[in-house]
Amino acid sequence: MDLSVINPILLIAALMSAATPILLAATGELVVERAGVLNLGVEGMMILGAICGFAIAVETGSPLTGFIAAALGGAVLSLLFAFLTQITLANQVASGLALTLFGLGLSALLGQGYVGIKPPRMADFNFGPLADIPVIGPILFSHDPILYFGLLLVAMVWAVLKFTRAGLVLRAVGENHDAAHALGYKVVRIRTLAIMFGGACAGMGGAYISLIRVPQWTEGMTAGVGWIALALVVFASWKPWRVLLGAYLFGGITQLQLNLQGAGVAIPVEYLAMSPYVITIIVLVVLSADKSAAPGSLGRTFHASH
Amino acid sequence: MTALLALDGLTKAYPGVVANDTVSLSIAPGEVHALLGENGAGKSTLVKMIYGLVKPDQGTMQMHGAPYAPLEPRAARAAGVGMVFQHFSLFDALSVAENIALGMENAPKLRALSEQIRKVSDTYGLPLAPDRIVGDLSAGERQRVEIIRCLLQDPKLLIMDEPTSVLTPQEVEILFETLRKLSAEGTAILYISHKLEEIRALCDAATILRLGKVVGECIPRDTTAREMAEMMVGKVLSTPSRPSVTLGDTLLELRGLSRPSPSAFGMPLRDISVSLRKGEVLGIGGVAGNGQDELLAALSGEMRAPEGMVHLKGVDIGALGPNARRIAGLLAAPEERLGHAAAPDMSLTENAMLTGAAREQLEKKGFLNWPAARGFAERIIETFDVRTPGAGNAARSLSGGNLQKFVIGREVLQRPEVLVVNQPTWGVDASAAAAIRQALLDLATDGAAVIVISQDLDELMEISDRFAALNEGRLSEPRSTDGLTVEEIGLLMGGAHGMEVAHV
Repeated sequence: MDLSVINPILLIAALMSAATPILLAATGELVVERAGVLNLGVEGMMILGAICGFAIAVETGSPLTGFIAAALGGAVLSLLFAFLTQITLANQVASGLALTLFGLGLSALLGQGYVGIKPPRMADFNFGPLADIPVIGPILFSHDPILYFGLLLVAMVWAVLKFTRAGLVLRAVGENHDAAHALGYKVVRIRTLAIMFGGACAGMGGAYISLIRVPQWTEGMTAGVGWIALALVVFASWKPWRVLLGAYLFGGITQLQLNLQGAGVAIPVEYLAMSPYVITIIVLVVLSADKSAAPGSLGRTFHASH
Repeated sequence: MTALLALDGLTKAYPGVVANDTVSLSIAPGEVHALLGENGAGKSTLVKMIYGLVKPDQGTMQMHGAPYAPLEPRAARAAGVGMVFQHFSLFDALSVAENIALGMENAPKLRALSEQIRKVSDTYGLPLAPDRIVGDLSAGERQRVEIIRCLLQDPKLLIMDEPTSVLTPQEVEILFETLRKLSAEGTAILYISHKLEEIRALCDAATILRLGKVVGECIPRDTTAREMAEMMVGKVLSTPSRPSVTLGDTLLELRGLSRPSPSAFGMPLRDISVSLRKGEVLGIGGVAGNGQDELLAALSGEMRAPEGMVHLKGVDIGALGPNARRIAGLLAAPEERLGHAAAPDMSLTENAMLTGAAREQLEKKGFLNWPAARGFAERIIETFDVRTPGAGNAARSLSGGNLQKFVIGREVLQRPEVLVVNQPTWGVDASAAAAIRQALLDLATDGAAVIVISQDLDELMEISDRFAALNEGRLSEPRSTDGLTVEEIGLLMGGAHGMEVAHV
């Protein structure tokens, strides 16, 4: 066993990258749930985003176009969920599960011609001389633009929810949709927009896996990240900064256990492999002990009856 | 003087029912206008049209002589119409200021808004801290949030839908003071209620609706409550009565009953002691949320009690569950009809089976006797005049009042020795309410003891022998209802809960 092969600077840099798909998907889902909708289809939207982004990036040669296509793909798939739950008033849990299964199947179909291809690589964001600062440079200033976008997204979601009227209305709709309707807010429209935002974020999270993390396409490559993102939102008590913390914790321990495996630590691989899940859940359960209740209307079907 | 708001021939039909049929009325600036009618008379639909939540099929509205047709509440608010809802349209997890901002067009920044809230709440004697979370407020305080939300927008017309149902008499008086101030400043108020004495005390004019039609107008000050009630119902009402009875032995006794509430936002019961004798009706009043549900649960057996707290005929029944208590003779009908008193998607026969199985011998060794259950259900329907096509219909398909008659009738017909009912006539029309009250009195005459928990003080005064009030989970010493004044009742209910009269 030789722990000196683990380079802390590379580890931290890598954990940020490992956390980004979860972060993107969870932030989107957080907005959806704050609007009072429980969309269990995150995994399906992620995998569809992964293949949409991959295919378009390969066809156009531009990773950025790929990410835009991934966001669109996720949003379009989420529209199906919005139609089922907001228009036909179907059960949200069942619709979300169906969305995941549908997304997995559809992505496998779309991805048939793309197995084994390498996508174009996304260049790192150029911070100029900042990237040459020792320690801080490689950790903070040597990543791709999407990773920074993810951080920006968390800050934006937090600020919008806390400081703007749009955020207040969104929270109000999630808290008590009947009261929001009585005050004249368009519950279905607001929720549909939130669902599409969640779909777009999940799609980008998926594309981050297929274009940057792995970079290649294999069937089912999101491998449960969408479910982790869902759990993260709950354990983070629907607070954006806690989602960031949880995502980094999860990414960090995933990265660390891979490094430990590489270093040949005498712990069975299975324990190491489960450790990110266990530790993330424990930490977030402890954090969520302060009673931050779920949005009041979460998962409830809204019907504007007379 | 031109009318502030004039409605002309408003009609709104829903599938199977005409909610409003050519309704016309007009309100002058500064007028307090009452809208009277029973549940289902079309009051709510009418105000929803004024507030832009529902579009009329026919008819026109005019405000200050100009056409007025709000497409959504936003437009109505912009035109100067404010509404205080019957079921508060508030968001529990948000602060007072955020709640108020949601109901405003062009809400200012939260800090400026908080200042305004403090100012208005001072001016009108409605103390309210802007940064408190609404979920932690009492019912009276929540109503203040709604009222201040309206007042901040300088309304010309304020619609109030049953505003006093959650207030103590003292709080009602303070609310009326505020409303009179507003009216003196020129704000018109459309006041919906079925509490006739309140309307007589407050309103300048009244329009009476029945089955969606205007059936009369009157000046409430010059009309007796009885006349108004008969206009609402369309027939002569009989007052429940019973021969005077001599009270028998003690049937039910609570000794220092204290239990925490089973729900997070509930009220714990604190040291409740009371005893109830054969033939007696005990009325329990109090503002909603002061332990009514918990008391019912402790009596029905949903919430068990430690030894020595609940006694039926001298036997400790604290540890018994609902079915064992039913067999022992203690029956209960909770307030929430759908989901608590009745299973919404089950038929009336099945619902009759659910509570009647033990006392009516509807089951034998675990096998259910459905013909007998159907017979029992049909007997309830027959005796209590429940309007439904048959016992096979789902509980959900009945109107609120009809289902209420069914769930009360179901318990009454099981010949209870002690019956506990919570809000027995809530949402029931006046004649059916009189029938239910009469049934409760007959039960007492036949030697049962009855506990009526209600928010309707008139009802309690009408049927109870003794009255006690729940306040913060404590039960006051029961008083004989003879000579008990509304003032005294209000004090028993906890007074004004920190409100003060408006000082403008």
